[in-house]
Amino acid sequence: MKRKIPLLITFTVGIILIISEFIPHKPFGQLSGELEIWFLIISGFAILLGQLSLFKVNIIKIRYKQRDWQFYIVTLASFVVMVALGFLWGTGRSAGLLGHGEVITNTLGYKPFDYLFNNIYQHLQATMFSLLAFFIASAAYRAFIGRTVESNLLLASAVLVMLGNTTLGSLLTGWLPESLNFLHLPKVSEFIMTFPTTAGQRAIMIGAGLGIIGSSLRIILGIERSYLGGE
Amino acid sequence: MEQFFATLGIWLGAIFTFAIFSFLYKDNPFYKTAEQIFVGLSAGYWFVYTVFSILIPNLYDPLIQNFSVNWIKIIPAILGIMMLMRLIPKTEWISRFPISVVIGTTSGVFFLRYLKSDVLNQLTATMINPFVGGSWVMVVGKIMLIVGTISGVIYFYFSKKHTGALGVSAKIGIYFLMVSFGAAFGYTAMARISLLIGRLQFLLGDWLGIIQP
Repeated sequence: MKRKIPLLITFTVGIILIISEFIPHKPFGQLSGELEIWFLIISGFAILLGQLSLFKVNIIKIRYKQRDWQFYIVTLASFVVMVALGFLWGTGRSAGLLGHGEVITNTLGYKPFDYLFNNIYQHLQATMFSLLAFFIASAAYRAFIGRTVESNLLLASAVLVMLGNTTLGSLLTGWLPESLNFLHLPKVSEFIMTFPTTAGQRAIMIGAGLGIIGSSLRIILGIERSYLGGE
Repeated sequence: MEQFFATLGIWLGAIFTFAIFSFLYKDNPFYKTAEQIFVGLSAGYWFVYTVFSILIPNLYDPLIQNFSVNWIKIIPAILGIMMLMRLIPKTEWISRFPISVVIGTTSGVFFLRYLKSDVLNQLTATMINPFVGGSWVMVVGKIMLIVGTISGVIYFYFSKKHTGALGVSAKIGIYFLMVSFGAAFGYTAMARISLLIGRLQFLLGDWLGIIQP
C-alpha cells in the first residue's frame, strides 16, 4: 500500500494531464487546470519543507557542536529575523499580522522585510555572484590551453563573443572596409551566437527533450520508482 | 530618521560586500558570517515569498472568500501537510502521496511541454531552405545551423559506436558543441564581470561618492 497507491496516483495524474492536451473538454480540461493548482499548492508546502529541513539540520549541528557550529547560529538568527519581519509587517503590498506598519515603514523607508532584502540580501547575492568572475578567470586560464581542435574552438568562440560585445572589439576592427564588414568583431560575435551556437544549443535541447520525455513516460508507467525512496 | 536608515543600509551593503570579497584572500570568519547570513536570509525570504505569493492567493484566500466553491482545495492543503510529515522519520512514508501528485503532474506537464518546445519546435525551426533570401553570410550560417543541429544530435546517439560516417558526423557535432560552450562561457564571464562592475560602482558611487552614478 505504501508504494502501490503512490504509483497509482502518479499514473492517474500523469495520464489525465496528457489526455487533457488532446481532449481539452470536460472533465479532462477542468481536471488538468485543477491539478496544476494542486501542484502549485503542494510545491509551496515542499518549499516550506525545504526551509524547515534547513532549520532542523542547523539545530542538529549546533546541538552536537559540530565544526564551525557558531556560524550556524548566525544562519538560524538571520532566518528567524527575516521570517518574523515578513510575517509581522508583510512584504511589498501584502500586509502582515500587524498590518502594513506605517510608522516603522516611514522610519526605515521600506517595510522591515524589504529593508533587509534591499540593503543586505541583494548586496550579498550580487557580491557572491560577482566573486565568480575571479574564479571564472582562473578556470579560463586552466581550460583555455589550445591543445586540441576542440579546445581551440572553445577558446576562439569565447574570446570572439567577449570581444564582440565590448567597445574594444568594435575599435579593433572598426577600420575594416565595408566589403569586409562581416569580419567586424561585433558582427562575428553575432554570427557565432546566431548560427553555430544556436545549432549546438538546439542539439542539446533536442537530446535533453527526448531524455525528459523518456523519463516522464518511465515515471508515469511506474518503471522509474526511485522517487518513492528505499522501503 | 529615514535618511539615517538609508545611510545605514548603504554601510551595511558595503560591509557585507567587503566581507564576501575577503574570501579572495582566504576563507575567514568574516566571509563565513556573511555567507551564513546570506543562507539564512535567502531561506527566510523564500519562506515568506512562498506563503505570501503561493499559499495565500492560491489556498487561503479562495477557501476564506468562497468556501462552497473552492472546498476541493482542502485536498492539496491536506497533501501539503502530509508533505511536511517528511520531517519526522516515523511518518516519512506519508509524504510519498503528495510527492506522487507532484511527480505525476510534473511528468505529465513536462512530457507535453518538452515534446513541443524542445523537440518539435526545434526540429521545425531547423527545417529551413538555406538558399532562400539573405546574403552569402546568411546562407553559410543557415547551412551551419542545419549541419550543426543534425551532427550534434548524432553525437548524443550512444546506442551505436561512433565509427565511420557516424563517427565523422559525431566529431563535427562535438565541434559545434564546443563553439556553443565557448560562447556560453563568454557570456557567463561577461555577466559575472558586469556584476563585479556593479559592485565597484556601488562602493565607489553610493558608498564613497567618488564617482557619479
